[in-house]
Amino acid sequence: MNPADDSDVAVISMRGVSAAALSDPSLLIAEGVDWTVRRGECWVVAGMQGSGKTDFLLMIAGLMPPAAGVYEFLGQKTPIFETERLEERMRLGMVFESGQLLNHLTVGQNIALPLRYHHDLGAEEAAERVAPLVEMLGLDPWIHSTTGTLGRSWQRRAGLARALALRPEVLVLDNPLGGLDPLQVNWWMGLLESLSRGHPWLEGRPMTLVLTASDVRPWRGTTRQFAVLQNHRFLPVGPWSALEAHQDPAVRDWLIAAALLPDPGPREDLE
Amino acid sequence: MQTGNGTASAIARARFLTTATPRTFTAYIGRQFFRFIFTLQGLTAFALITLGVMLTRWRSARRLIWPAISEQINKSGLKLLPMFLFLSAALGFLVIGQAVAWLTRVGAINYLGSIMVLVVVRELGPLLAAFLVLARIGTANVIELGTTRATGEVEALEALGIDPVHYLVAPRVIGMAVGVFALTVYVIIGALLSGYLWAFLQDVPLRPGDYFAQLAGALSGLDFVLLAAKTLAFGFIVAIVTCYHGLAQPLRLADVPRATIRAVAQSVIACVLIDTCFIIVYLTV
Repeated sequence: MNPADDSDVAVISMRGVSAAALSDPSLLIAEGVDWTVRRGECWVVAGMQGSGKTDFLLMIAGLMPPAAGVYEFLGQKTPIFETERLEERMRLGMVFESGQLLNHLTVGQNIALPLRYHHDLGAEEAAERVAPLVEMLGLDPWIHSTTGTLGRSWQRRAGLARALALRPEVLVLDNPLGGLDPLQVNWWMGLLESLSRGHPWLEGRPMTLVLTASDVRPWRGTTRQFAVLQNHRFLPVGPWSALEAHQDPAVRDWLIAAALLPDPGPREDLE
Repeated sequence: MQTGNGTASAIARARFLTTATPRTFTAYIGRQFFRFIFTLQGLTAFALITLGVMLTRWRSARRLIWPAISEQINKSGLKLLPMFLFLSAALGFLVIGQAVAWLTRVGAINYLGSIMVLVVVRELGPLLAAFLVLARIGTANVIELGTTRATGEVEALEALGIDPVHYLVAPRVIGMAVGVFALTVYVIIGALLSGYLWAFLQDVPLRPGDYFAQLAGALSGLDFVLLAAKTLAFGFIVAIVTCYHGLAQPLRLADVPRATIRAVAQSVIACVLIDTCFIIVYLTV
């Protein structure tokens, strides 16, 4: 199927969804979320640290059910963890901020793990299959290293390789640029742009991306959509121009706090 | 296993059980009772889930899971063998040393084989093997899995569509069950042989043929069946309790030592209770 033909297909659809914190299900981080992500889109979910972006992403990834409302992934109600729905499950990949690699495995074993588990491959066969991916992500020197010897940024990169091993259609990434040096930021931006357009690893199929960011400045551009998660509200805003012009006080407060808008000075109501 | 709903109920339980210390004795008894009920419910559910996963997924991901099972058998069995051979020799010396002294006084040395079967084969061998596997491997299980849980690796597995029970628990359960069974056999053989050596050194007038004839006479087919059932049950329950406390509870790294202590205490109690059931079977059959 030509990807252009199905660009209107809703990959993620939320209607009246409330998301809870993983560590405390009684604490709601967002309520009444109505949001649609279409195939091939790249959404940046922005918010301050502690606003609940990671928990929201875990819910998107299906790792916890919505506290209320209807969340559909590719037209199917979540959660999608039943064995019978594994095929759907494997269409979504997740990259954690710290990589979340398994400590008892080497980097190479971590990357090959999903292939070995889902396709019942031997160690050597799986390693051969992920070799191009490992090379593409520049992880060759660490392939036999234990995860503890890797720096945080490289652990995250290994986490990306592991998530891409099954060639998912949708990739959710938790703060992929957090704490990276400019060189690494450029590398991540380039790769994600390439995945979004259709990377050879994905046989040219554009990937749908949803990612979180505390600092959205590197993501400025015309091709991405933005949403803001702030004060228990999730606001799907749209492109960068819409974000800058948005009049909602929560969004404007956040833009000012993130130094994306000039600070108007002390507010009278706070004095 | 899914993190979301499981976590919600587990957190609710943890809150109930960790709120301020009860002020009255009745409240203390009540809380202990509910703690016991919740633990029992959690362990039973976890055991059933594990059994279900083992039965329904025994053919999936064989090239990943079966090597993991071999590794666990190696860890829970083969690697402990030198320590167990030493302990079996010591056990034989201890039992025979005491038994010979007392049986000689009452002129009942012909019961030496029977006593060895009763004490070593039916009771001490299996219990010793279970407790040592618990100490060496069970505690490591709680720490490994607790760390895995606390560092978010379980969520990473779920995000990859990998069932943590299938990948992390099933190999440990099979490995520990086989390990306890195999080590018990070695402990028993070692203790029976070292027992005769000790008797020989004490100049007990008992020829090897007579000693082993006494052993064979004291053993019945039921002993072999119950020995296998008991040791497999010990291994299974130790693995379930330790994996449950490591994996099935929401943990911070700081909670891991407490979870380990709880797992050891509950494993010992569970093994003793299982042993009691088998004693009843021995006495009634």
